Amino acid sequence: MFWNMLLLALREIKRNVLRSVLTTIGIVIGVAAVITMVTIGGGATKQIKQMIEGLGSNLVVISPGKRMGPGQSTDVIPFSLADVEAIYRDINAVAAVSPVSTISFKAIFSNQNWTTQVTGTDNQYFNVTNRTIKSGRLFNESELRIGSSVCIIGETVRQKLFGGQVALGEHIRLQKLNCEIIGILDEKGQNTMGMDQDDMVVIPIITYQRRIAGNLYISLIQVSVQNGASTEKVQRDITHLMREQRHLSDSDDDNFTVTDMKEIARMLTSTTKMLTGLLSAVAAVSLLVGGVGIMNIMLVSVTERTREIGIRLAIGAYELEVLMQFLVEAVALSSLGGLIGIFLAIGASIFLSGVLRVPFIFNANIVGVAFLFSAVIGVIFGYFPALKAARMTPIDALRHE
Amino acid sequence: MTMPVVSEKERKPLISLKGMIKVYGAGQATMQALRGINVDIDEGEFVAVMGPSGSGKSTCMNILGCLDTPTSGSYCFKGLNVGNLSRVYRTRLRRFYFGFVFQGYDLLSRTTALENVELPLIYRKEPSKARRAKARKALEIVGLKGWEKHTPGELSGGQQQRVAIARAIVTEPTVLFADEPTGNLDSARSREIMDLLTGLNRDKGVTIVMVTHETDMAAYAKRVVHFVDGLVSSDETCGR
Ligand SMILES: Nc1ncnc2c1ncn2[C@@H]1O[C@H](COP(=O)(O)OP(=O)(O)OP(=O)(O)O)[C@@H](O)[C@H]1O
Ligand SMILES: [Mg+2]
Repeated sequence: MFWNMLLLALREIKRNVLRSVLTTIGIVIGVAAVITMVTIGGGATKQIKQMIEGLGSNLVVISPGKRMGPGQSTDVIPFSLADVEAIYRDINAVAAVSPVSTISFKAIFSNQNWTTQVTGTDNQYFNVTNRTIKSGRLFNESELRIGSSVCIIGETVRQKLFGGQVALGEHIRLQKLNCEIIGILDEKGQNTMGMDQDDMVVIPIITYQRRIAGNLYISLIQVSVQNGASTEKVQRDITHLMREQRHLSDSDDDNFTVTDMKEIARMLTSTTKMLTGLLSAVAAVSLLVGGVGIMNIMLVSVTERTREIGIRLAIGAYELEVLMQFLVEAVALSSLGGLIGIFLAIGASIFLSGVLRVPFIFNANIVGVAFLFSAVIGVIFGYFPALKAARMTPIDALRHE
Repeated sequence: MTMPVVSEKERKPLISLKGMIKVYGAGQATMQALRGINVDIDEGEFVAVMGPSGSGKSTCMNILGCLDTPTSGSYCFKGLNVGNLSRVYRTRLRRFYFGFVFQGYDLLSRTTALENVELPLIYRKEPSKARRAKARKALEIVGLKGWEKHTPGELSGGQQQRVAIARAIVTEPTVLFADEPTGNLDSARSREIMDLLTGLNRDKGVTIVMVTHETDMAAYAKRVVHFVDGLVSSDETCGR
């Protein structure tokens, strides 16, 4: 009985090549879209997680100005080196504290120039942000104390200004400041926001204050919390301390912000997840559209199919046999479409993850779900028109218009 | 395959129609195609049905072939009241006892002549080799040797009609219902088909009910039933 049905279904597929191909394509596209979207989305999420892990352990950033809601603005009172020292001295569980001031500047070497981020800070900065020196050295004590004209540059700046030449020991000019390159940073690549973390020049904070900013301000304080310690507690303690430092009364709001970078990381992750969900929804719609396409094809051919069912019934086919035949046909076509779609999706995912530089993570669940869905769509649209026809009397099906 | 069997103490006709009425449509637009047909047909008979167009011949044949259901009246086949049979049993009658040649041929499109003729054998679960051999043989009998691989679209009307005849006789049915089987054939080819049917009737004992417009063709039958306006107007058995 089964072989008979298979034979009849295969004949039917062969007989209607165009209809079969169109049905299959609908499913192929839907399945491939869903799997590709979800796979790429999953890879992007994974990549962001990896980036966050490389962000620096337990980073807390203190910035001036309060957390602003819509329409609010506030006078920004900058920090000073005294704040940095107070945090290092008074807060437990702090591994490193570094002041950070940044400005966008043009760096010049002979006839080359390149606009980059100039950061004034101290040696703790490299601990806090997980950076290491590729060649040369860090700042020494006296350079930091007296504010010498020395700098450590990132790989991008080195590349742009020196190309293949030796950079170490050369002098670059940052406006009026002429400083000696004493170190070159290891590469770190882009951060989560797509910023090039190697496009930077680091100078001592004192040098920055005196020679570039012309004041004693610090724009940010970065704190790295000891491993295992509670970031929330450190965050609370810092808030408390800073309120004291700034002589805020109980009724005053904070005029600074303490941000746990982990929080931002979590936010980013959830954004990516949302995006993945969105893409998946779009993909699901395309699967649905594929399904509607299949339905169209099936409905267009319903008159012909009804007549054909009439012939089969008249010749002596049981209702059940006719239905089985159509079921086998629908399952065969949609499974075939599903399989092709899966292979296509894997190919596309590998290709796209290469282009977008996102890791490729095979997600067996979504493959299963997409495949099942395609099978169900195929069966519903292939089977139900047949069901109606097979219940008619043979002559009604035969004379169907 | 089992049919409910009725003991045949007294000789009963193979087919017995009593007060057969068929009404098409509903409400005011009703159309009475059959208005009380009474006919008995014995096993082994060769009956020709004649009558003007629209007199209800095809309607009657469809009911006889279990393709359609009457509005009222009884149809007994081998003493069984077909009206009381379930869908499945009616399908079994079609599968194992009936062969049907439709007025409009009704072949599967885009399907080769051979596959069309094989179809009833597939539903009879014949093994593929025997099935193919029988189908080829049937096509040869109707004069279509060499046309096995052609689809209905590639065949002339007469050729399609012969494929339909091959499909009906390939199972060697108990009863063959043929609705104008020679309607599209030239007289030489018609005579060949009629000889074929006469042979089946004589040698294999196949009961044949055939609708025709041509007196020449009706002459092959031993009995001619005339339909007029949904009623039997005459029923003559000629002693040839
Ligand atoms: N499905 C239907 N719905 C409504 N009326 C129908 C239907 N089928 C047939 N009729 C009507 O029933 C009557 C008998 O039709 P039938 O096909 O039985 O005629 P016929 O004797 O076979 O004619 P012909 O020699 O032209 O084939 C006709 O008047 C026809 O219009
Ligand atoms: Mg007719």
